[in-house]
Amino acid sequence: MKKIYLDHVATNPLHPEVLDAMMPYFRDDYGNPLSLYGPGFKAREAIEHARESSASLINAKAKEIIFTASGAESNNFALKGIAYALQSKGKHIIVSKVEHHSILNSARFLEKQGFVVTYLPVDNYGLVDPEAVRKAITGETILISIIHASPEIGTIQPIGEISRIAREKGVLLHTDSVAAAGNIPVDVQALNVDLMTFAAHQFYGPKGAAALYVKEGTRIVPLIYGGIQEGGRRAGTENVPAIVGMGKAAEITKRDLQKRIEHIRPLRDNIISSTLKIDKVILTGHPEQRLPGHASFVVEYIEGEAMLLMLAAKGIYSASGSACSSKALKSSPVLISIGVPVHLAQGSVVFTLGEGTTSEDITYFNETFPQVISRLREISPYSKGWDETEAPTCTAKK
Amino acid sequence: MSLAEAHQLDNSGIKFLNQPIKADSETDVIYMMCPMHLLTLDDKVKEIRKGQVLSILTDYDGALEDIPEWCSKTGNEFLGIYEDSDHYKFFIRKAKES
Repeated sequence: MKKIYLDHVATNPLHPEVLDAMMPYFRDDYGNPLSLYGPGFKAREAIEHARESSASLINAKAKEIIFTASGAESNNFALKGIAYALQSKGKHIIVSKVEHHSILNSARFLEKQGFVVTYLPVDNYGLVDPEAVRKAITGETILISIIHASPEIGTIQPIGEISRIAREKGVLLHTDSVAAAGNIPVDVQALNVDLMTFAAHQFYGPKGAAALYVKEGTRIVPLIYGGIQEGGRRAGTENVPAIVGMGKAAEITKRDLQKRIEHIRPLRDNIISSTLKIDKVILTGHPEQRLPGHASFVVEYIEGEAMLLMLAAKGIYSASGSACSSKALKSSPVLISIGVPVHLAQGSVVFTLGEGTTSEDITYFNETFPQVISRLREISPYSKGWDETEAPTCTAKK
Repeated sequence: MSLAEAHQLDNSGIKFLNQPIKADSETDVIYMMCPMHLLTLDDKVKEIRKGQVLSILTDYDGALEDIPEWCSKTGNEFLGIYEDSDHYKFFIRKAKES
């Protein structure tokens, strides 16, 4: 049976060149980067090379990159680290309602510590209004954190416009760029952000390697104290192979990004135009201002989980949105925030393409998906229309 | 005011300043713990010329002992500490070319 992976926003396979670059650091060059002899020096050199490459992907300086183990760690670090560093200036933080849980739950944690958080609404495309950011800023505001691109609906936020307001008001801006960095060009200078999260496995690097960009001169309280790794800002013996892999993946991505975008965008457009021909299917997220390999829909009368399972049975791997909706059987806070009714949010499905996706894959998908929808609607108790029953929603902040 | 006038010794012998000194270079290790203040100091002193003054900002209390001692071991001149609202500013004059 064909196997078609359309869940690249969840993770990606390692690029073969990345695996080759990592292998020596598992076996032969296993030194601790802090050791004061040859193998240690070699590991240290490899990390610093990876730092240069990772910085270069987002147009930062090497010393502005702190390696972490995941996007979630980087997001926690950004929010908590800045909140604690600046709490003497103020205790107000602004985030959007469509952030990743690692931002939303860090914000909730900080609320329990006495910080005040504003959760900004978004429009029907999932866009944050920069003017709403301006209005939310008070004399107490110390940090704004807005996701760069949504993994769930693909919408790309106007980070440049938000950063102009943040700069004007003297407030730091963090962006969670996990779904964006490696999929669209990302430039911290052009975006003018103070902090940015990005993760290697989103651009064919390994899992367990990510980074937080912290603009030079920005004070941040470490999450993990201990040794002098990462300039004392993130202690713990480095995951050298993973960091090397991240650096190599960043190099390859910088080289191949435009080619990847040109490859996947028309395939993605093909999925969208074909799928929207099916009755009662709605595209979620912005129609143009979205990630190039991202197609997301809500399908009336059937559940996302059922679609995923039946698609998987036919060799097509996809997602239904956030872990909240797929694991906890709750409606996605992102879909609810963009105004999707609760019953419709249950029918969420997300397809994300990668450099290995072929036009044959898309042809097969376009033949198969309508059949799946048709079959599930035949057996759906809702196929004659929705009753009054509504699923519980996630506990998104009002 | 001369440096000599700016200096005052507290009971512990730590050289506190009534006001900060103009520094040629400044580095900030606030929220960093031991030994980042010493490693950064070592790096930054290498970047300035003999006779120039480096200021290092830290909130790490251990620096009160460590930095004067580091200066004494490395032969650099410890000029004093200025206590700001929530951190210390240490001033060091580079005594010899590295």
